[in-house]
Amino acid sequence: MSGPGYPGKGRSVAKLLEIRNLRTQFFTSAGTVQAVDDISYAVDEGETVAVVGESGCGKSVSALSILRLIPDPPGRIVGGEVEFMGQDLLKLSDAEVRQIRGRNIGMVFQEPMTSLNPVLSIGRQLTETLEHHMGMTTAQAQSRAVELLEMVGIPEPARRLKQYPHHFSGGMRQRVMIALALSCEPNLIIADEPTTALDVTIQAQILELMKDLTKRLGVALIVITHNLGVVARYAERVIVMYAGKIVETGTATQIYHNPRHPYTIGLLGSVPRMDLHRGKRLVPIDGQPPDLTRLDAGCAYRVRCRWAVDQCKESVPPLQEFADDQYSACFRMHELTTEVDVAS
Amino acid sequence: MSQQAASSAPGADLTKVDKGETLLEVRNLKKYFPVTEGIVMHRTIGNVKAVDDVSFSIARGETMGLVGESGCGKTTTGRCILQLERPTAGEIVFEGVNLEQLDAKALVPVRQKIQVIFQDPYSSLNPRMKIGSIIGEPMRVHGVQPDAKKRDQRVAELLSICGLNPRFADRYPHEMSGGQRQRVGIARALALNPDFIICDEAVSALDVSIQAQVINLLEDLREEFDLTYLFIAHDLSVVHHLCNRVAVMYLGKVVEIAESDELFDNPLHPYTQALLSAVPIPDPDVELQRPRQTLQGEVPSPMNPPPGCVFHPRCALAVESCQVGIPPLRELRPGHWVACTEV
Repeated sequence: MSGPGYPGKGRSVAKLLEIRNLRTQFFTSAGTVQAVDDISYAVDEGETVAVVGESGCGKSVSALSILRLIPDPPGRIVGGEVEFMGQDLLKLSDAEVRQIRGRNIGMVFQEPMTSLNPVLSIGRQLTETLEHHMGMTTAQAQSRAVELLEMVGIPEPARRLKQYPHHFSGGMRQRVMIALALSCEPNLIIADEPTTALDVTIQAQILELMKDLTKRLGVALIVITHNLGVVARYAERVIVMYAGKIVETGTATQIYHNPRHPYTIGLLGSVPRMDLHRGKRLVPIDGQPPDLTRLDAGCAYRVRCRWAVDQCKESVPPLQEFADDQYSACFRMHELTTEVDVAS
Repeated sequence: MSQQAASSAPGADLTKVDKGETLLEVRNLKKYFPVTEGIVMHRTIGNVKAVDDVSFSIARGETMGLVGESGCGKTTTGRCILQLERPTAGEIVFEGVNLEQLDAKALVPVRQKIQVIFQDPYSSLNPRMKIGSIIGEPMRVHGVQPDAKKRDQRVAELLSICGLNPRFADRYPHEMSGGQRQRVGIARALALNPDFIICDEAVSALDVSIQAQVINLLEDLREEFDLTYLFIAHDLSVVHHLCNRVAVMYLGKVVEIAESDELFDNPLHPYTQALLSAVPIPDPDVELQRPRQTLQGEVPSPMNPPPGCVFHPRCALAVESCQVGIPPLRELRPGHWVACTEV
């Protein structure tokens, strides 16, 4: 699909990352899973982009594909380009990609306990990265590590450096992950559900910290999340995924106030809102997400869609521009009623 | 020890529900888990005070929310009510009967009336049983429906009440999605026609669109079968949506209880205020205007809780006296109880 355009294509600001027609599949005994099916988007320098969707929509796989972290077998990136700072990451050798991971692109994962090494001290994990990527001496790396822990708000950083991940609470571990991700002054951080495992007050602390630091240091951020609330406060641009495809993208305001895809409308109708009056019934999406091994030629959402017509059965609607910066993959995007509670 | 007396006194008042008949009363509930050391010389070196002097009551037909962060004791409270844990002290009074005085045999008929829906639909269904046996088992165990044929009919009926195809009775849990399994968990809870269901994070593991389906189902069942729920959850938006009344817990204690609208519109305890301000709202315009009150620090260890008010190390309003006395729950507005001396 080298079609009319994709979100972020014609922007004037320097583009940091451009994903074009990315396709990632998993080859399982049940069949080929089209986890990411032809997605394209771009991220500008210093921009915060959120990728939202439910389990199995391909949001994590699309992010892992950027860094070529897809386990092979069973997974494989079968097509597309990931252009980062002028080079296609998918064409680099494994050694070259390793130089970019952790150096130019930092990662923050959902579960900090499984992504930190339990048998290395926090200090060693930080200094290892700094020595390897930044060519620092042990002494330089040590003092930089103290600075980093201080920056992410860990008290008594010099003492904490000697401790191991199990000495830290969940929120503190996630701060260490953020310090690690920022350690080599990357251009981009990919955060995969960074606060999902945390309590709500700790979640707020971590999100505020990430927002502050990425703004101050000018780092671009891709946040992958299922939490629409998190997205509203922290993202400039939102990408909504369903069944391996981007179904809608736009600014946060466009997505929340004028959604143009039935799935986005459905998601917004499904979330109870604390600021609105009680007693209003939720408008859930009927049915269940499709089996990704059995997708047909039509729109994957049509079986759950209130607006589906015959056309939706015949072909997959392409992502088309609705307004400046807003794209939707729906044949009827101009007809949708924006009132979320229209069905009730 | 005037503070001590004060903190245990409101148990009696609090349990009085203005409207309707009281179904459940929790009075001064305490559950301590011993922390031991050594293998040969097994010594107790301390206690985790998971639930420390909690009192509240639930009226018939009401949905009570119990909220708080991990480790605040909300699940332990639920397990004590279910008699899955025997409390260290305190009383659980259900329909006027103190469950703590009943032995295992006398509890059996009570257990029919109190059911539970667990969080994780993957681990709460036996993977080697068919859905039909999972839902039918409580009826068999309690001898409610000894006739196998009638039991199967009832299973089919329960499945369709919960929005599942009755043919699912022949399937195994692994053949179903998370949302479908949670519906099976609900059908199982309904099998004995209970009066009271404890929903322990019953929708937390589900994706947003499926979560909304299950929330609506729980609301429909409440109407249809006159159910009373204790809804234990950490997601305040869901609690706000479902519950009439809400109790907020922090480190084993209830810090605030009020009607849902009152609590969310007018939170009084500093912890409740911080908790509510931390909940993200899915609307960028609302979010950007909302002041954010980020709570500093983390929840202290329940093994060694701070003296006095357990919240004082993180509290913006804390004064010196907060380090000494445990603030009792006070009724500051009708039905709105707050455990803070500074509001």
